[in-house]
Amino acid sequence: MINKIAASVEEAVGPVADGATILVGGFGTAGIPNELLEGLMRVLQDGSARNLVVVNNNAGNGETGLAALLKTGRVRKVICSFPRQADSQIFDALYRSGQLELELVPQGNLAERIRAAGAGIGAFFSPTAYGTDLARNTDGSARETREINGRMHVLEHPIHADLALIKAERGDRWGNLTYRKAARNFGPVMAMAARRTVASVHEVVALGALDPESVVTPGIFVSQVVQVPRVQTQGGGFKA
Amino acid sequence: MTHQRRSKDQIAALVAKDIPNGAYVNLGIGMPTMVANHLPAGLEIILHSENGILGMGPAPAQSEQDFDLINAGKQPVTLLPGGAFFHHADSFAMMRGGHLDICVLGAFQVSASGDLANWHTGEPGAIPAVGGAMDLAIGAKQTWVMMDLLTKQGVSKVVSQCTYPITGLGCVKRIYTDMATLDVTPQGLQWVDAVDGLSLPDLERLVGLPIAA
Repeated sequence: MINKIAASVEEAVGPVADGATILVGGFGTAGIPNELLEGLMRVLQDGSARNLVVVNNNAGNGETGLAALLKTGRVRKVICSFPRQADSQIFDALYRSGQLELELVPQGNLAERIRAAGAGIGAFFSPTAYGTDLARNTDGSARETREINGRMHVLEHPIHADLALIKAERGDRWGNLTYRKAARNFGPVMAMAARRTVASVHEVVALGALDPESVVTPGIFVSQVVQVPRVQTQGGGFKA
Repeated sequence: MTHQRRSKDQIAALVAKDIPNGAYVNLGIGMPTMVANHLPAGLEIILHSENGILGMGPAPAQSEQDFDLINAGKQPVTLLPGGAFFHHADSFAMMRGGHLDICVLGAFQVSASGDLANWHTGEPGAIPAVGGAMDLAIGAKQTWVMMDLLTKQGVSKVVSQCTYPITGLGCVKRIYTDMATLDVTPQGLQWVDAVDGLSLPDLERLVGLPIAA
């Protein structure tokens, strides 16, 4: 019997190796798997893993969740599209003091690089960012470009990960998932791109209870599902 | 050269008036968001939000706020009947794939050849953040810009060459400002309209570039 339902968040998150790349779902505060991030921090506390690479659209809001993970000092690099927000003070301080590396990626390229990893694409040409400072490698060298059908494109590589932490709404023991509203955002593509994907859900349902026409992430992309209490998503990322 | 500048709401109303019925539209963060308040009643214009929403509706009453339903600026919104949610790769496929009809963006500078600079001041020490700006700029069938024509120092933001970091090359089709509206054509800038009292020579003097009548 396949049973991907984990008994606890810590069990679901499992061990994390030094230098691991971790995809974290969410856009602003919607879809941020806060319980999994808290579980990750408890797991990390007991181990020696450092030099983590974290991939998220943003770089943490306020003092909890992703921001708290950055504060542990175990993250070497953040790959994201929009780090600077009204309440990104923890990232800002670490970045300015040179303790945290930033790879800034246009949001659509970020999503597609993650999707490409999950889809087995070697690399792809995107028109986004052509002719801009973000068409450069992190060492400053120009990325490969190519004219295709009269338009200039930049070569983009997939972002493979060791672990994806995503927030869903409902899941079953095969790992099928549905999401809630715009909290879906990066969840489905991140689920595809990691060697191990852990989803938090607010409701675990019996096999067959999810309408197969409405399953958003099929269980093949999911390693572990863990139920967490429903907590109303709080605002963040903007000036109130 | 006496003239009354357009307010932000007046610019937003001009933009809204030019959006055709049935268009799929993305309104960027900041001033462009105001366009939503001026969309003509009776038309069906479908708003896209980069974080996976089509059919985005207005802000809810405070008691109805749901932070799982937010716009690109992370503020709570609503979903209209017929609206849909989808994941981020699909959302940006809608842009990059040329499915979106119009996107309206703010700008630091627009060049006479339609280059857009709106994502980064390039100041040393500033933390860069790009979000969906570069994908939007080059993805929609038409990219329109909404901005003041002049900086606070009185320098034109329509320029021959952008000095701020580029968001997208040759992507802007139309520029709505507080003093005039301009089209960007393969031949250069073209006059669309201007506030009363501002002549074409006045405008050319302010911008410092030739503008076709």
